[in-house]
Amino acid sequence: MSDLLLQVRHVNKSFDGTQALADVSLDLRVGEVHALMGENGAGKSTLMKILAGLHTPDSGEILLRGKTVSLRTPAQALRHGIAMIHQELMPIPDMTVAENLLLGREPCGRFPGWIDRRALRTEANRLLSPLHVELPIERPMRNLSIAQMQIVEIAKALGHEARIVIMDEPTSALSERETQSLFVAIDVLKRRGVAIVYITHKMDEVFAIADRVTVLRDGCHVATRPAADLDADALIRLMVGRDLREIFPKPCAAGKEIVLSVRGLTRAGAFRDISFDLHRGEVLGLAGLMGAGRTEVASALFGLAPAKTGEILVQGRPARIRKPADAMRWGIGMVTEDRKGQGIIPAMNVKHNLTLAALADFCRGPFIRRRYESAVAEEHIRGLAIRTSGNRQAIAELSGGNQQKVMIARALLTQPRIVILDEPTRGIDIGAKVEVYAIIARLASEGRSIILISAELPEIISLCDRVLVMRQGTLAAELDTAHATQEEILKHAMPV
Amino acid sequence: MPCPFEWKTTAPRIIIVAAWLKRFGLVLALVIIVAALGVAKPGYLEFGNVVIVARQISINAILAVGVTFVLLTGGVDLSLGSLVALTAVITAMFAHPGAYPLIVPLFLGIAASMACGACNGVVITFGRVPPFITTLGMMTIARGLAYVISGGRPTADLSPAMKRIAGDLAGIPIPVLILAGVALATWVILARTRIGRHIYAVGGNENAAHAAGINVRRVKMFAYVLCGALSGLAGIVLVARVESGQPDAGLGYELDAIAAAVIGGTSLSGGVGGVGGTVLGALLIGVISNGLDLLNVPYYYQQIIKGMIIIGAVWLDRRNATRI
Repeated sequence: MSDLLLQVRHVNKSFDGTQALADVSLDLRVGEVHALMGENGAGKSTLMKILAGLHTPDSGEILLRGKTVSLRTPAQALRHGIAMIHQELMPIPDMTVAENLLLGREPCGRFPGWIDRRALRTEANRLLSPLHVELPIERPMRNLSIAQMQIVEIAKALGHEARIVIMDEPTSALSERETQSLFVAIDVLKRRGVAIVYITHKMDEVFAIADRVTVLRDGCHVATRPAADLDADALIRLMVGRDLREIFPKPCAAGKEIVLSVRGLTRAGAFRDISFDLHRGEVLGLAGLMGAGRTEVASALFGLAPAKTGEILVQGRPARIRKPADAMRWGIGMVTEDRKGQGIIPAMNVKHNLTLAALADFCRGPFIRRRYESAVAEEHIRGLAIRTSGNRQAIAELSGGNQQKVMIARALLTQPRIVILDEPTRGIDIGAKVEVYAIIARLASEGRSIILISAELPEIISLCDRVLVMRQGTLAAELDTAHATQEEILKHAMPV
Repeated sequence: MPCPFEWKTTAPRIIIVAAWLKRFGLVLALVIIVAALGVAKPGYLEFGNVVIVARQISINAILAVGVTFVLLTGGVDLSLGSLVALTAVITAMFAHPGAYPLIVPLFLGIAASMACGACNGVVITFGRVPPFITTLGMMTIARGLAYVISGGRPTADLSPAMKRIAGDLAGIPIPVLILAGVALATWVILARTRIGRHIYAVGGNENAAHAAGINVRRVKMFAYVLCGALSGLAGIVLVARVESGQPDAGLGYELDAIAAAVIGGTSLSGGVGGVGGTVLGALLIGVISNGLDLLNVPYYYQQIIKGMIIIGAVWLDRRNATRI
């Protein structure tokens, strides 16, 4: 086959005795978008890091146009035309867009070491023009949105004459419209004969842009199929290895008793005049587009970013919540959206992460009752089926889904009556999502009230009793999920 | 080929071994150096010399333990050398024979350093000035205060009780006993108490600690005040040892203290480390400089060797960290 660009043959890789990849093979054709799917820990990232020269395989070989190549450093991979666009972008924020774009390849001026600024601008424009975007190339990088930074990364890959571009969950922080413009850029790459490896968790994206799909599970290659031959159910089956007949548990009936009332909550620039009630045992959804103010309202209720005006009443009593410790005293717990930034403490082990918020309950005077702490930690590790080798394992080694369960356990240990879950299933694999859904249903059946923020509307509709739709910082609608459709929610969420 | 379905069964054991090796590595290095010195210099391992080494490291080790707390929160304290001088001057002023009971100079000396530590804490937590800048400023301020208070002259003529602090108790130098007490107490704080756990949490991820309901400001204040208090304690030991309070005492001590903590495995970015490692780090520095003294290596060369050890220790540490 003449259009065969890259072949990965029988690659094995293990870390400290854990097999991350077992006998994995993959081939890439010229001008295709090849989606790489699998649960977290399936080995997608390891495989891609091998291609990008960040890891060296234990065995197996990589062939580029039929010739064996060695990819031991990112520089080597780049010389062979393989560029990786990382999940967390790494621009230099105070340098201009043009400077970032040509980082390491600055055009030289008259004297060696001098930079020819005019050539820099021309070259930057030349790289950006095929991507159909207008970017302020003379402005510092920090002014760009994440989506724009991604476009810069793609342009950078073009500048390196990349023939293979690896994208690791590029849309995880993008809005719908930004995703579309990313797809346009991907199309440009395709037409230039670039092969794109596209890692994602989102089904709809796979069917929108991928030509072929490869599924990995537990470090093994499961299947490679044309995307046209698959549907979402078949894909899930391949990824999880079993049928998911019942993904969403039934919501149980909410009580009548009001546990939380919010009246006229306002913080300038974030949200205004938010009023709603939350009932005992209710799962209340908070829907809306990115930037509509959902997280901001949740942060205000939990004291992370207090509201300026308005009232919060917990079981009829006005609550002054200025910091998270206040919220916890009022029986409010929260699992934040930003698990890395505001959730886990990576250097600590699972047990210490788990008990952190409720540590006072494990103390006699200033001293921690360590045996009691271990016992309770063990209980929650079992109760939430957290997969860990022991409560002393470093939390950074856990998969995203298991880290998330530790965060939920941390919030639950403070005995909250109201639990705020901000995007609890973002970036975790399907198996873990199902477990999180079951936990939500169980909490509600225990009589706790839940505020669920999610960008995935099927989650909102299936799990919640009621949904509040936010639009540009205000409450646009309150819908009963028994009758609401995704279209209806979206209609209210769209800016007018 | 069957899929490996086990959930990272082997990784943790390896990590435990690696963690042990890391801690053990320092002990191993210490044992090797001591053994080598023992062979090269008969008499090195005699009780007398061991006591001398222990006495020599006690001041730096006390300071290093203090700065370990600050480093664990993700901060840094550059002012502690100057706090040593401030405490030294104030303590000596009130410790003339027959002037006040011993408790007065001790209390005032430590209180002065604690107050400076508290100022550091307030400026860093409420003023949001970076720790490096704040404590750099305090370094100059406290040094200046020491000169103003003393008039730039050393204060000698100390009471016998004051001098006794540098003496022996049952054959063991009192500074060494003080160090042992400090190390034990601070180890208990870090490993067994809530504030200790909170210190690791704040240094490990400040935002997450805040979201977990921890009063981040209070935790940082605690670290800076404790660091100040231990600087004061070190200053008192110094006064007793040199039998005078000198305003130019403790120059550069902050760097030795940070070096000991870092060699002992405490991370400059916070959240990782502990008292045990820090004391071992101070011991390693002390043993090496004592050994170099005994081998008649000129002081100037000793400086070069010490610098290389600091870099080398952290370099090895980094290599371990990235492997895991």
